[in-house]
Amino acid sequence: MSGPVIDIRGVSYAYDGPAVLSNIDLQVPAGEFLGIVGPNAGGKSTLLKLILGLIEPHAGQVRVLGRSPVRARRSLGYVPQYPAFARDFPITVEQVVLMGRLGTGRPFGGYSAADRAIARRAMTETEVDHLAGRHIQHLSGGQLQRVLVARALAAEPQILLLDEPTANIDQRMESDIFDLLRSLNDRMTILVVSHDVAFISGYVHRVACLNRTLVCHDTAAIDGDTIQNLYGEDVRMVAHHHSH
Amino acid sequence: MAFLDALGHYPFLQTALAAGLLASLGCGIVGSYVVVKRLGFLAGGIAHAVLGGMGAALFFGYDPLGGALLSAVVMALLMGWVRLHWGAAEDTLIGALWAVGMAVGVMFIARTPGYQTDLMSYLFGNILLIPPSDLWLMLALDAVLVVAVALFSKQLQAVAFDEEFARLRGLPVTFFYLLLLCLVAVTVVLLIRVVGLILVIALLTLPAAIAGHYVQTLGRMMVVAVVVGALLTSGGLALSYAPDLPPGATIILLAGLAYVVSLPLSRALLARRNRRAARGGN
Repeated sequence: MSGPVIDIRGVSYAYDGPAVLSNIDLQVPAGEFLGIVGPNAGGKSTLLKLILGLIEPHAGQVRVLGRSPVRARRSLGYVPQYPAFARDFPITVEQVVLMGRLGTGRPFGGYSAADRAIARRAMTETEVDHLAGRHIQHLSGGQLQRVLVARALAAEPQILLLDEPTANIDQRMESDIFDLLRSLNDRMTILVVSHDVAFISGYVHRVACLNRTLVCHDTAAIDGDTIQNLYGEDVRMVAHHHSH
Repeated sequence: MAFLDALGHYPFLQTALAAGLLASLGCGIVGSYVVVKRLGFLAGGIAHAVLGGMGAALFFGYDPLGGALLSAVVMALLMGWVRLHWGAAEDTLIGALWAVGMAVGVMFIARTPGYQTDLMSYLFGNILLIPPSDLWLMLALDAVLVVAVALFSKQLQAVAFDEEFARLRGLPVTFFYLLLLCLVAVTVVLLIRVVGLILVIALLTLPAAIAGHYVQTLGRMMVVAVVVGALLTSGGLALSYAPDLPPGATIILLAGLAYVVSLPLSRALLARRNRRAARGGN
């Protein structure tokens, strides 16, 4: 399609209090891998919720795939930062991934064979297929994160949104997840929220710095000054080399 | 055994046994949702508030079980609405509906002229006094539950597991949440005859909670919970017969005992399996 897949114009939002987002403009072209960084409470998760249509902007407009966010929802894959479910819920990895198929296919009865095949493919892609029958309580943090990515992929989304996908896992797993995202980027637009600008700039095309207002940078232009302006104080930048 | 002997001779015992088995089906299936979605308090609120509907039905001369069914569904929708719109004060409001519903029931029953011993049988149930005609109603309620759960298994599972994700997949989450509460309401009515409305929560949660100790999927939890519920209701009925104990209370005490025994037992089994898995190198 022509034009941006996500088109945000003049958007402001506040919970009960001062504005969390103020006059945000953001256009995301199809196929982009966009990183959204910023301090805690800078409005990153709020921006994702606006794109997903979970909340409505107080001013401005959000269009996703040329439609309202609520109508575009089924074409989006979402990986939350904190899973909203209880880990002791009696459910297997495969059943969690199958939930990505909800909203498609037949409304009554169980999942179809086609649904199962798509879920299986998503699990293979995220390398959790060997865990299909395992209960979610017995997964490590990294495994659970991959399962959540597989659930989002099972929806066959055009845009994948991830909120701090690596916040609860160790450094080595972090590069594994981002390598996976880079390969998924061949066929879908990806937005990833992160606190670690230095790390993600090795992967994303463009970084949106969000702290109530939003400023975009090409990854090549990220330096200490940019980060200092964003966070308002010295941030230790850890130089690390990615070998790919 | 005296109970089995008597079972062959007395139709009221056969009816009681059948009622227990029919109730087990509902409490195993819907109880599993109540346990995993942590709806116990809400279910308790519905069960107790139902007295208001039964009292009104008695007062106006209708069948109290019909009044129970109607008020249970209304209460379920009301409490679901309360939870969705006043999330923060949920427990207080449910507590208020719980108490006000009961008070309305007591009021109506006190004003109903004539014979009033019925009240105790609704509060504590009496499985031995169930008229055979009630079995058909119980069977119909079970059928409603089984059909609803079979049709919407994946939606109900998704809403119970992760409402936010279900909403993002375009499911009408509010509809399915309220449907779930209505299924709970139907099950409450199913159980009132057997153990009475005061003890409904125990039978709604304990068999499913026991099942939850041993299974890893919601579907198996339902199957095991139905079997556990059937064993508990039949066993409680049999145990209560010879010493002439109240069957509803016997069933609940047996269920409580089974839960208390199952909790450490399942932990020990899990620990042993983990040790074995660790030794096996995987």
